[in-house]
Amino acid sequence: MANPFNFFGGFKLTFAHLARPKVTTSYPQHKRAKQPRQHGRHVLNRYEDGMEKCIGCELCAGVCPVNCIYVRGLDNPSDHPVSPGERYGYIYEINYLRCIHCDLCVEACPTQAITESKMFEFSFTNRADAIYTKAELLVDDLGFPQRLPWEDWREGEAAMTGGWMRATSPSGDASFEGVVQWTADLGEGVRAPEAGQSEGRDDAATGSKQLRDAFYRHLQPEDVPLDRRGLQGLIRNVREKVPVRKSRETS
Amino acid sequence: MNALLATADPLFKHGVTWAVFLIVVIKIVVVFGALLNAVILMIWFERKLISDMQSRIGPQRWGPFGLLQTVADGLKLIGKEDLVPAGADRFVFKLAPYLVVLPAFLTFAIVPIGGTMHIAGHVVQLQIADPPMGILFMLAMSGISVYGVMLAGWSSGSKYPLLSAVRASAQMISYEAALGMTVVTVILITGSLTTHGIVVSQGGGIWHWNLIRLGLIPFAIFLIAITAELNRPPFDVVESDSELVGGFHTEYSSFRFAIFYLAEFMNTITMSAIMVTLFFGGPAGWVPPVAHLKWIFPIIWFVLKTTVFCFCYVWFRAALPRFRYDQLMDLGWKRLIPLSLGWMLIVAGFLVSWRWGLLMISVGIIAWLVLSRAFELGKTRESGPERVLPTVGERPIPGRVIRKLSDEES
Repeated sequence: MANPFNFFGGFKLTFAHLARPKVTTSYPQHKRAKQPRQHGRHVLNRYEDGMEKCIGCELCAGVCPVNCIYVRGLDNPSDHPVSPGERYGYIYEINYLRCIHCDLCVEACPTQAITESKMFEFSFTNRADAIYTKAELLVDDLGFPQRLPWEDWREGEAAMTGGWMRATSPSGDASFEGVVQWTADLGEGVRAPEAGQSEGRDDAATGSKQLRDAFYRHLQPEDVPLDRRGLQGLIRNVREKVPVRKSRETS
Repeated sequence: MNALLATADPLFKHGVTWAVFLIVVIKIVVVFGALLNAVILMIWFERKLISDMQSRIGPQRWGPFGLLQTVADGLKLIGKEDLVPAGADRFVFKLAPYLVVLPAFLTFAIVPIGGTMHIAGHVVQLQIADPPMGILFMLAMSGISVYGVMLAGWSSGSKYPLLSAVRASAQMISYEAALGMTVVTVILITGSLTTHGIVVSQGGGIWHWNLIRLGLIPFAIFLIAITAELNRPPFDVVESDSELVGGFHTEYSSFRFAIFYLAEFMNTITMSAIMVTLFFGGPAGWVPPVAHLKWIFPIIWFVLKTTVFCFCYVWFRAALPRFRYDQLMDLGWKRLIPLSLGWMLIVAGFLVSWRWGLLMISVGIIAWLVLSRAFELGKTRESGPERVLPTVGERPIPGRVIRKLSDEES
């Protein structure tokens, strides 16, 4: 038998929640920061010289659990090759009515030709539009994904696109902490190493700082990050609430 | 005839004239209009509060703070197709929503909203009606709403609503006993059945409220029983969204569904108001010594007290998980009814003399011991295969028939 005096525990908890900040946001007006590993719409990458990375091997189509990828390879024309190797993907289609954004295609790709951007806000009104072909998926000459008119790109999503990241998280493993998990983006260089589970993470650089700040108040006490606990956390909270003067910020 | 009316309401002391008729009509229109608006606000209040308690935002699109969300929902429901299932009993199916919503409306008629006003030489009580049977009217109305629920479930011609309606009526009837018993304690100490009398007897300050005069227990029983009557969480096995897909009103759509929804929330408000009337002195409270404010302050007190209980109902919903059906029946029959019965006897005893009161307490303790021993015996009763009675006759659908049917289909 549980403590009978704890009968009002549920009432206390729900009442305390009245004063806690909201978890949800009013979505279209206010958009929350995305996770650094957000899986969004795919892109097909190019090399610096403009050659396509895809070699038409169909590994992505083979690994896809929902069969949403359709690839056909063809021998490169000898006079103007499309990709550096022997073959290239001359048909590349992804059906976004089926895609579950598991990123297994990204893991399977031997040449890092297919990666995922963080953009998920795209919609279509008929089935034909749901199938993205090479015309939509290929990056432009500068290595950035095409911003199609029906897609809602936010700032920073394109910049994170080209780098390859693994679908499974090696950062849970201590030996991978602080190690860069991405290859260089076109024009972007190397990104900061992703946050590990021990101390010393650089959330500001990887883009998960905003998220952690938004969520830590709803966490159980033992899950609150160390820099948010105790006196240090208190000082930090107070400092964040005090408005910073504009002049000092700019100078 | 006039004398009879005058005992019921001082408004009819000089007979029923046009002015009196007009006052009565205005009272009815104002109160029911306010009640309907209060329902709209209550739905908004519940949705907003429950979302606050769950760290969500809640309705926000329509009007300031989402205040018009209920209006938008209502318009949407009215615009939807009004379906009557093929297997339904059409007349009863259409009648049932009104049997649910009318008691919700009518119960509010006996609630004293404010004190007494003087308009053009007429003494006007700020409540729609003050019938001599008073609070019994509330019990009668809650009895009728059971019919509404039962008939709605039965006439749908569908099995889940039927199951839910059977649950609902069993639940409402079992808690009505405890409810009635606590109302009796209130009537005993007031010496009057009328709601006006009940409120006036609690007028002398906070220590005269029935909540304290009767010793908290009747209020606690009443609160639990009335929550069960309302089919609100944690007693919402009737509606149980997860198992019975909304319960007795599963087959209802469009405006008829809106009526059920309206009735549910109107009942919440009405029962909060009844609770305030019975245990919290109704409109009693501090009144400033300014002549023109004397009639408005009781109304403010009444609204405030009622809002507190509306808040409590939403709080229950946020904090408590749903009762299992056997737990619900346990609480009703084995705990609340004996407790309310015993408490009624004790209150009655103390009203006669303190000796009788002490006697009743000792009788209550003995009865409690006997009852708990009986429950204990009932729990440890042996039940094995040899205790199960042999089956009588055949099962409704014998195995071979089922096999034959399934063979034919394949």
